[in-house]
Amino acid sequence: MAESMLKVRDLSMRFGGLLAVNGVSLDVEEREIISVIGPNGAGKTTVFNCISGFYTPTGGNINYKGQEIHALADYKISRLGMVRTFQHVRLFSQMTVIENLLVAQHRHVNTNLLSGLFKTPSYRKKEQKSIDRAVYWLKKVNLLEFANRDAGNLAYGQQRRLEIARCMVTEPGLLMLDEPAAGLNPKETKELDELIVSLKEDYNVSILLIEHDMNLVMGISDRIYVINQGQPLASGTPDEIRANPDVIKAYLGEV
Amino acid sequence: MKDKFFPALIAGIVTFVLAFPLLGLSIVADGLTLGLEGADTKTLGYIALASLAVFFFQLWKSNIVAVAKSIPLPKKAYSSPAARSQSQRDKREKLFTLIVVALALVWPFFASRGNVDLATLVLIYVMLGLGLNIVVGLAGLLDLGYVAFYAVGAYSYALLYQYFGLSFWVCLPLAGLFAAIFGFILGFPVLRLRGDYLAIVTLGFGEIIRILLNNWTHLTGGPNGIGSIPKPSLFGLEFGRRAKEEGNVPFHEFFSIDYNSGYKVIFLYLLALLLVLFTIFVIRRLMRMPVGRAWEALREDEIACRSLGLNRTIIKLSAFTIGASFAGFAGAFFSARQGFISPESFTFIESAIILAIVVLGGMGSQLGIILAAVAMTVLPELAREFQEYRMLMFGLMMVLMMIWRPQGLLPMKRRHMELTNG
Repeated sequence: MAESMLKVRDLSMRFGGLLAVNGVSLDVEEREIISVIGPNGAGKTTVFNCISGFYTPTGGNINYKGQEIHALADYKISRLGMVRTFQHVRLFSQMTVIENLLVAQHRHVNTNLLSGLFKTPSYRKKEQKSIDRAVYWLKKVNLLEFANRDAGNLAYGQQRRLEIARCMVTEPGLLMLDEPAAGLNPKETKELDELIVSLKEDYNVSILLIEHDMNLVMGISDRIYVINQGQPLASGTPDEIRANPDVIKAYLGEV
Repeated sequence: MKDKFFPALIAGIVTFVLAFPLLGLSIVADGLTLGLEGADTKTLGYIALASLAVFFFQLWKSNIVAVAKSIPLPKKAYSSPAARSQSQRDKREKLFTLIVVALALVWPFFASRGNVDLATLVLIYVMLGLGLNIVVGLAGLLDLGYVAFYAVGAYSYALLYQYFGLSFWVCLPLAGLFAAIFGFILGFPVLRLRGDYLAIVTLGFGEIIRILLNNWTHLTGGPNGIGSIPKPSLFGLEFGRRAKEEGNVPFHEFFSIDYNSGYKVIFLYLLALLLVLFTIFVIRRLMRMPVGRAWEALREDEIACRSLGLNRTIIKLSAFTIGASFAGFAGAFFSARQGFISPESFTFIESAIILAIVVLGGMGSQLGIILAAVAMTVLPELAREFQEYRMLMFGLMMVLMMIWRPQGLLPMKRRHMELTNG
């Protein structure tokens, strides 16, 4: 079997006396949608924080495209092509929608001070290119008409879409979405569903998803990992998970 | 009404209690002992009147504030609903800028010497305000020790002249460079700090520099300061009555006109104007460059920045470094203008004034900061005839200002992007 794109082995995270995550392993292949589910407080977001470098895991290792990343700084990890969204929307709310997308391309644009001060042709070209890319993604998520609006003034569903667009302009290989459907109405959830599938089909992005909306999860996931109380509980295709008695017990309690 | 009456009454009484011992009683020397003497009835009457004024203001505060709120904002002359697109707005802005610059260039030749000198001081504060705006307004890092970089710039020129005889024009970029280095050095320890903690550390840094200058007597002259720092020259032409350096020709002899000490003042003013225009230009460009956007993004949400691959260490350091370098330029110019500097000029109150300029102007907005710098420097001068009540009036004005416009004179407006292929 070929090497996985993201390989997490035996991940554990301890906060003082609390073992928040214990022995979690997961694999993400190219062009795959993987969901991580579990009851509230199961440690899903902690797993995300470890993978994206916000926490340094206390045990185990994480390998992305053949590179050990569990000790790297967060911004370096995202530069490798793993970007994430947050459970609570984290936009630059006092900046305009398009500026949000331009900031995300910071490492792609020419950051040389002098070329910017003199507006050299190469600087203008790169700036125009990043604006074009931003416009492309604004069209994709249906936000073009709001391009000059402050991001904080968008409706909640639009902010969610903008956050995904902001990740996509960085041209990631793996997109990590932390509860993207939280707070969305059924119509918006359906649009999100289509967007996520399109990201995988049309842009060759792998997606790692934390979500509580079971319809969404079961509909789009290639494989699902279930975590309960920091421990891996089960993994498999949506059908296998649906039929797994342990998962049902964890979600519904002892019957 | 009743719920407002008692707080208003208390405020009135507090005013009286505070004002009476301060203004109503005076200490008189009676031989070797000190005696207290009540003031005359006129002063007592004023105190009573002031207490009443406070009482009625508190009673009708909501009405008064509502009236203040309804006063229209100072509108930018070039922004009108007719100019819809960004390019039209840009054009108007350019025209407006040109007119203002032209007026600023011509004005000193008709104004009095004192006014030109005051305007030069205003321009120094504009530079400082714009520099601090990078750190506070854009990057959102509260810096209470900005005056330290101003001091570094000023002492760079003074010391380089004293020990190496370097001229102003050589020292100006060096002063900016030294201040930038100090900004970089301060940047490192404060990288992890935010908000209040950052403010305290920068405050400490400002004091460290001042105390260092005060006590390193054999290098800086300590509290005696450094004197006879030469004024800048115009391509080697000096502005004194006689040239200080051998072989130099003074300005007035070169053009064979009569000596006038006003030339020097005007020259300094024009030089300051040039520096300010340079500062405005550079900072405007920076604000629209990736680094400027990154500063603002870092202010808005640091965690999101990290998740997008922005290196916050470099971004914060660049804000500190670039912000400090402008204080360095201002400092070098200040020491050239004064001809004498001492640690006295770089106390905490200077930092506070510069910060007040940034906050009063509306964080992030350049025009707002320029207006605020004018207000903060000219108003205390205008109020000079009120003598010791000058600062009191100044404080009152700031309080009223914050009631009228809590977001500053001209809050920053976001620039709209023209989407050509939209």
